[in-house]
Amino acid sequence: MKHRYSAAALARHALTGKPWPRAWRAATPKPDYDVVIIGGGGHGLATAYYLAANHGIKRVAVLERAYIGSGNVGRNTTIVRSNYMMPGNTEFFEHSMKLWEGLSHELNFNVMLSQRGQVVLAHGPSQFDVLARRGNIMRLNGIDAELLERDEVKALLPYLDYSAESRFPIFGGLLQRRAGTARHDAVAWGYARAADDHGVDIIENCEVIGFERNQDRITGVRTTRGAIGAGRTLISVAGHTSQVAAMAGLRLPVESHLLQAFVTEAIKPLVDHVISFGAELFYLSQSDKGGLVFGGHIDGFNTYTQRGQFHKVQNVAECAVAVMPSISRLRLLRHWAGIQDMTPDGSPFMGRTPLANLWLNGGWCYQGFKATPAAGWCMAHTVAHGEEHPLVRHLSLDRFKSGNGHDEHAHGNWTYKQ
Amino acid sequence: MLIIPCPHCGARDYTEFRYGGDASRPRPAHGTGSMDEWHDYVFVFDNPKGMHREYWQHVQGCRQWLVVERNTATNELSSARLAREATRP
Repeated sequence: MKHRYSAAALARHALTGKPWPRAWRAATPKPDYDVVIIGGGGHGLATAYYLAANHGIKRVAVLERAYIGSGNVGRNTTIVRSNYMMPGNTEFFEHSMKLWEGLSHELNFNVMLSQRGQVVLAHGPSQFDVLARRGNIMRLNGIDAELLERDEVKALLPYLDYSAESRFPIFGGLLQRRAGTARHDAVAWGYARAADDHGVDIIENCEVIGFERNQDRITGVRTTRGAIGAGRTLISVAGHTSQVAAMAGLRLPVESHLLQAFVTEAIKPLVDHVISFGAELFYLSQSDKGGLVFGGHIDGFNTYTQRGQFHKVQNVAECAVAVMPSISRLRLLRHWAGIQDMTPDGSPFMGRTPLANLWLNGGWCYQGFKATPAAGWCMAHTVAHGEEHPLVRHLSLDRFKSGNGHDEHAHGNWTYKQ
Repeated sequence: MLIIPCPHCGARDYTEFRYGGDASRPRPAHGTGSMDEWHDYVFVFDNPKGMHREYWQHVQGCRQWLVVERNTATNELSSARLAREATRP
C-alpha cells in the first residue's frame, strides 16, 4: 500500500503538518473493464476489493450514482453478529463475522469493530426455548453462544426493567460475545481505499442509465459519464435494485421499503452491549459519542421517499421505554430512513440472472450491513468463476419456482406482515 | 403521516389501514395458469418508483377494501376508491 496508515505515519503527519493524501483516486471511466460493479456501497466496494485481492481481477470499475457512503452503508445501525440458525445463513454469517474480525488489519483501515456482545431477550419460557435451540445450532456450527437465565441477564444488563410491573418481563436471553458494532462509514472508506490501491477505479457521480446488450448477453452499461464496456456486470445497488434490473428487462421478487433508525442525545457510557428486544423488532446500542442508537421495523408499505412515518417513531420509542424505562426523558436527536430491498422470504439474491454476464447481489432486507464482508467475498468468487460460491447457492433468484424459499423467521412474505 | 381519504370515513391516518399491496395485477383464476404465472403473481413485484395502484383495508374504520393510487417517490395520493367500484386498469 502506497500510504500505509500507522502510528508512525500519524506522528509524521502531526509533526510535519503535511496533508494526508486522498484515500482513493477520483477515477475517470475507461472505455471498458473486465468487471463493472453498479453501486458503490459496502457490498459493491467489498466485491471490487476481493476481486482484486483474492482473484487477481484488477480491471474493475465501481460506479456510484452519488458519493461513496451515501447509501445504506451509511444509514444502518452498525450491528454485526452471526446468530442465525437456518442452514445456509448460519455458515454465511459466521464467515462474515470471521472476516469482520480481521478486517481492520486486512484493509489497513480501522473499521472500529467493537465486539461488545449482543443479547437477544426472551420474555417467556417458550421464547427462551426457541433461543436455546438457536444457541445450540450456533454452537454445533462452532459459533459462540451462551444461554442466560434471568439473573444472568440482570447481572449483565442491570439497567433494564426487572420490576414486577414490567410490561414484558425479562425471562432470559441469548448472548453472542463476538457480536457487536462496526463504524459503518469506515467500512465503505476502508474497502474503497484498499480496492483503489489494487487498481480498481472508483467512479463517483456516475449513474447507470441503461445496459448495452447483444441478444441475451450484457456487454456493458450506459452511464451519465458515457458508455462503459464490461466483460461481466454486477448489480449491487440496494433500494433501487428493481429500477436497475428493469433497465435490463428483468422483474425481481423485490419490493422497496423504508427502514428507520434513531439516535438520542448523548449520555455517559451506560449500554455496553447490543440489546435486542424480544417482544417486538427493536434493538438498541450506544455509540462511541454516547447517543443511544435504536432500530425497529419497516414502515409497512413500499416507498422510495427516504423519509419515515411518525407512527414508527412512536412505536420505537414505546419499545425503548418498555425495556428500559430509565431513558424515558431522553430526547431523540434525529432519525432517518434507508430504502431497503424486501424479498418474499427475507433472504437476499446472490448469483446469476437470466441474462449472460449479468450478476445480481441484492434483496438484503434487514441484513445488509453485517453481511458486507462475506457478501463481497462470495460475490467476488461468484463473478470471478462464473459459478455461485457454495455459501450462497441457496440464494438463487429462481428459488421460489422450486419451492426453496429461505425464510429464517418463518414470517412468509414480510412486506405485508404489519 | 400518510393520510388516506377513505370514501366512507374521510381523511384518516394510514395507521388505521392495513396495506394490501399491488392492485394492478389480476390474480389468475383458480385452477388456471401455469406455475410460472402463479410464481410471478405471488412473488414478483413491479416495484415502480412513481404511480402505484394498491389495496388498503380500513380495518379500524368501515373495514372496506380500497384501491388507492399513490406516487411511491413522494407518497402523494391521487385517488382512493372502494375496491369493488374500482375498475381494473
